[in-house]
Amino acid sequence: MKTGLLLNIALALLMARLKQSVVAAAGVTFGIAMFIALISFMTGLNKMLDNLIINRTPHIRLYNAITPSKTQPVNRAADFAGFKNFILSVKPKDEGKQLYNASRIIKAIREDDRVIDVAPKISTTVFFNSGTIQLSGIIDGVDVDLEQKLFHLNDNIIEGTIADLAVVSNSIIIGKGLADKLIVKIGDVIQVTTPDADIAKLKIVGIVQFGIAEVDDVQSFTSLQTAQKLQGKPASYITDIQVKLKNIALAPALAKEYARLFDVDATDVQTANAQFETGTTVRNTIAYSVSVTLLIVAGFGIYNILNMLIYEKMDAIAILKATGFSGKDVKAIFIQLSMVLGVVGGVIGIILGYCLSLIISHIPFQTSALPTIKTYPVNFEITYYLIGISFALITTYLAGLFPARKAAKIDPVVIIRGK
Amino acid sequence: METPVLQAIDINKYFLDPVRFRVLTDISFSISRGSFVSITGKSGCGKSTLLYILSTMDTDYEGELILDNESLRQKDNAELAVIRNQKIGFVFQFHYLIEEFNVLKNVMLPAMKLGRYSTEAIEQKAMQHLKTLGIDDQALKNASQLSGGQKQRVAIARAMINDPLIIMGDEPTGNLDKKNSDIVFGIFKDICLENKQTILVVTHDPDFAKRADRIIVMEDGTIIP
Repeated sequence: MKTGLLLNIALALLMARLKQSVVAAAGVTFGIAMFIALISFMTGLNKMLDNLIINRTPHIRLYNAITPSKTQPVNRAADFAGFKNFILSVKPKDEGKQLYNASRIIKAIREDDRVIDVAPKISTTVFFNSGTIQLSGIIDGVDVDLEQKLFHLNDNIIEGTIADLAVVSNSIIIGKGLADKLIVKIGDVIQVTTPDADIAKLKIVGIVQFGIAEVDDVQSFTSLQTAQKLQGKPASYITDIQVKLKNIALAPALAKEYARLFDVDATDVQTANAQFETGTTVRNTIAYSVSVTLLIVAGFGIYNILNMLIYEKMDAIAILKATGFSGKDVKAIFIQLSMVLGVVGGVIGIILGYCLSLIISHIPFQTSALPTIKTYPVNFEITYYLIGISFALITTYLAGLFPARKAAKIDPVVIIRGK
Repeated sequence: METPVLQAIDINKYFLDPVRFRVLTDISFSISRGSFVSITGKSGCGKSTLLYILSTMDTDYEGELILDNESLRQKDNAELAVIRNQKIGFVFQFHYLIEEFNVLKNVMLPAMKLGRYSTEAIEQKAMQHLKTLGIDDQALKNASQLSGGQKQRVAIARAMINDPLIIMGDEPTGNLDKKNSDIVFGIFKDICLENKQTILVVTHDPDFAKRADRIIVMEDGTIIP
């Protein structure tokens, strides 16, 4: 009953200066809507940029690096101990790039519950023959289902689909640049030469585009089985194991762990793409500082308007106090008044913010890096809406608190005598 | 002997700004229940200052103040607000209605704050008072649409809504013409006679003052016997 009365008074004060109240609420609305639209848009773009790298890159890659023997003969000679020896005469052993026991490693890692999934890969360089010219390129033999699940390869396939690799035997998906140079299209057969001088004919079932000329000019994909056949290797032949983690931050630690556990080489995505991390951090910092500035500006607007409102309502405050409303009641009235603005402005703000985000997400946007994306990416995450509404409530509360405390302290005698 | 409704004992009040200045000197008097008392004196003699102290709105004074057998000296602001709400009604010179509300709501506010009756009962009571004061036809108008005399009557209705022990007026007829002054005086007189409520009015209108049951004359911060 009593709180109802105070709210009633607050609403009456608001309604009496409807235009001003609408402006104050609009300040909140605008701040929150812009915050939501901007942060959704910025994080949407950021996420897209991140995904360009993250989706395509395994969080941990296990492989056999070709390195010279660590113990060179000269190091064994006692005479030269403590010297800087740079004669490396023992060449790398011909162990090949094969990972031994790959299927067991895959099985072991897949059981680790920090891991989303594991995909095997066979990477080999080849020559694509076009008339008398040979173009060098890379063929990645991939597990069709796992590759799609972990790296969303289909997002980059502009013609055909990755599933065709598994259906059509001796098939290949080649890079856009490569296809343009070879003047081939889907359904054509191209001839490749392996490093061991074997020649094979592969049927094109798709064209892939990453938007990076260097990659599009050389990259192609085939199935694991075709890649093994191409090189005349058995079904156990795997050169890379790609791991995706649930938490990317664990990658460096886990890479070390796997390298030790399975006695292979391992790199994590942070090491492989150090510049990418920096970019993400910078972009996020910009996004958040712009958004927070918007919210703070909106908060000051509310504070100003409430302050003015209280000076205008001095008479009313004096009367309320003279007729038995305590300082606490007056304070509650002004805080409620402020919170009404916050709730109304905030709710309309998140609705408007959602609408703006929706509009942005329908603006056409073409990028060669992600051929499947046709409009601007927007991140419709509920968290931003919660942050928006909480901020609206907190700022209006604080913006109302200081003027309300002033109103609570006003001595009615001063006003009545002042007349 | 009947206990006085309001008793002031050795009230002293100083203004500190710009220099320390004694406004009230050893004011002592008591007002018995159901009487109509006027405080009068020249401008600047401290009568309004005294009224603000008696009304509990000004707490910066020395001395003792007893309202309805209760000492007000030790009470904090929240408690004083409750006392103002229940036991004291105010009528000011400048009527002071809350412009955002209509007449009826203005009258109802103190009672709704008190929360003793339901909203319907309060509304009925407020209408009753407005009717007694002859302004029930204005009940749904906005406070700003009324004439000075009407506003003052609304203020009186508001002062009466919680059936206070004492109604205080600070120059309630200060800027009203003769006719309206007479109406207001008549109302006060009726309240006093019919409801046995106490009326304490500060005025420098000698006509008005003279018609009260008892006149307290002040000069230079003291009461002239």
